[in-house]
Amino acid sequence: MTARHRRALRGAALLGVASLALSACSGSTDAGGGSGDAEAVDTASVLEEGGEITVWAWEPTLEDVVADFEAENPNVTVNLENVGTGNDQYTALQNAIAAGDGVPDVAQIEYYAVPQFAIAENLTDLGPLGAGELDGTFTTGPWTSVQSGDGIYGLPMDSGPMALFYNQDVFDEVGVDVPTTWDEYLEAARAIHEADPNAYIANDTGDAGFTTSMIWQAGGRPYQVDGTEMTIDFTDEGTTRFTEVWQQLIDEELLAPVSSWSDEWYQGLGDGSIATLTIGAWMPANLESGVPQAAGQWRVAEMPQWESGAHDTAENGGSSLAVPAASENAELAYAFVEYANAGDGVQTRVDGGAFPATTAELESEEFQAKEFEYFGGQQVNEVLAESAANVVEGWQYVPFQVYANSIFNDTVGQAYVSGTTLDEGLAAWQESLVAYGDEQGFTVNE
Amino acid sequence: MPATTATTPGRPAPRLRSTYRPDRPRHRRSTLTTVLTGIVLVYSLVPLVWLVVNATKTQAGLFSSFGLWFADDFALWQNVVDTLTYDDGIFLRWFGNTLLYVVLGAGGATFLAILGGYGLAKFDFPGKRWVFAIVIGAVAVPGTALAVPTFLMFSQMGLTNTPWSVIIPSLIAPFGLYLMWTFSAEAIPTELLEAARMDGSGEFRTFFRISLPLLAPGIVTVLLFTMVATWNNYFLPLIMLRDSAWYPLTLGLNAWNAQAATAGGEAIFNLVITGSLLTILPLVVAFLLLQRYWQSGLAAGSVKE
Repeated sequence: MTARHRRALRGAALLGVASLALSACSGSTDAGGGSGDAEAVDTASVLEEGGEITVWAWEPTLEDVVADFEAENPNVTVNLENVGTGNDQYTALQNAIAAGDGVPDVAQIEYYAVPQFAIAENLTDLGPLGAGELDGTFTTGPWTSVQSGDGIYGLPMDSGPMALFYNQDVFDEVGVDVPTTWDEYLEAARAIHEADPNAYIANDTGDAGFTTSMIWQAGGRPYQVDGTEMTIDFTDEGTTRFTEVWQQLIDEELLAPVSSWSDEWYQGLGDGSIATLTIGAWMPANLESGVPQAAGQWRVAEMPQWESGAHDTAENGGSSLAVPAASENAELAYAFVEYANAGDGVQTRVDGGAFPATTAELESEEFQAKEFEYFGGQQVNEVLAESAANVVEGWQYVPFQVYANSIFNDTVGQAYVSGTTLDEGLAAWQESLVAYGDEQGFTVNE
Repeated sequence: MPATTATTPGRPAPRLRSTYRPDRPRHRRSTLTTVLTGIVLVYSLVPLVWLVVNATKTQAGLFSSFGLWFADDFALWQNVVDTLTYDDGIFLRWFGNTLLYVVLGAGGATFLAILGGYGLAKFDFPGKRWVFAIVIGAVAVPGTALAVPTFLMFSQMGLTNTPWSVIIPSLIAPFGLYLMWTFSAEAIPTELLEAARMDGSGEFRTFFRISLPLLAPGIVTVLLFTMVATWNNYFLPLIMLRDSAWYPLTLGLNAWNAQAATAGGEAIFNLVITGSLLTILPLVVAFLLLQRYWQSGLAAGSVKE
């Protein structure tokens, strides 16, 4: 359906849509539902009733999911629109919410950004719509990430338990073992750079998502949020554990000055000048399509540990599908979200290369036994699923994390380009965030 | 002066062409200006050369070869085919959208600028000075600054995410209006209009039969300006459009580029580069064909006759 057609619909049939939703409601009560919860949605009748929803998402595997969903539910039309990746989409979403028009029925929102939209009451609580019964469906990290207060503000779509992706050829050539602790990692970094001055163990020019995930694994809890009260503290033990090691990597110039996702990055991953990636479990698909020239060279191992013998990991990236509060078709929207993230859509997305957040898929034999040709036949998912189970609990983001990440490079990022240290950079970040939080009406560090 | 050598059969000779030629040999060469022009030339051509060279490379070739020279494999045709067919040929759809925005937006803007400029130059009416002040003021306001207010206004009218949200703001070209105004004042002698009126020609007839042909160089100039602006328009559609089926090429290419930075996304740098090359080709052609008109348009009024 074309946008023009849709606009005409929106203009003329706004009320029609609303009444559709209403009749869907009454339909479910007529059908008797049978569930104890009076508000619980009878998904089948909502789908039978049909309608039209708009989905804003950049996740590529959703295209197949939408096609299957529409085939199974002929009365439903799903308009999947890629409005931009990450921040671009959040800006568009916030614009639409502010304008009160053009808000999608479903939006992809990364875990770190969920609290920001949830606390502004921009998202529908999915608990009463049926998400309340999904306890145990998802791994703990993502499942807690979509919850805020008593509400469930999205269903986890994918997850990014971290692992160490490394170029086996580089390690073989230099003759060092793949590091299992961060101390060994530092040693390996020195060895790799010494063997070839153009080669680095990793790239890093300051990346908020990576830094916070590293602090997460190290046991730091810089953000503690309870309603509108919070503390922001980048001096706790876990944080300093991370900065101590990472500062040495920066000082000794052992990190490639290349930003992630740039073309130089893809080049470095392909020619061996970037030897490892400590990154989320969604990375295999990107390596396969973006770095085909290095096929067979990469492997995956457990994330290096802070204490040898430990098995701690953290989440890096990953996103949920949420239903904006302004959606006029929340029940149908939820039916789609449930299909995509907890129903048949999950397998479709796994087949398309996505890394799921559902325990059933993660633990399935078929999933774990899959041999990745790109990774020299390694059963990569086994390592990654293990990582998903070992994510350290208790991490929180501030409810203005999108803003926080946007000023990361002005503060912490300075440590990579000037004489500022990571600790000083984090202190500056903290100061800005405390000031911003106060301005926004939160009670910070009091 | 390339315009004097580039001739297209069947086209009327540009107005000022003949006056340039005799002057040329008399110009003395200055080393300084030659060097400066050379630097500017290299500065503007290097990105183009880079684009052409890299459009011939595969994704792997892009990363394993020197940026300003060809890789071992020559994949230009394959890249073009892939660009045109990727994602069910969405590139062609974007191309069509851009054409639509340019024809309606730039065409409409030019049309309005002609009407307005002519009217302001050749007719007296109360409040003319105010109109002048507003037009000059509007020239100074960058379109980017107006994009967000326009978005909020359009979304109240229910126009966002439609082609109209890109076309309507493109219709307003204060600079074009100003240009047409000064050009009309110079190019159309008021005596000519008076003579036409004396002979009983109506205002519309005078405008279409007498004034419009005289304005041709100015029209081409404004058309080129608005065309380039609309063809390259990025920020306005970025704010207005959500549905990729209505994206112009600029937004579409950006979306392709962003795929490389998406978990699970397919990196298609080679298609982004080839797509960019295909995107600028029509503009290059338009400039080559129309530049002689443009030149005379810009030069008009510089010499008192």
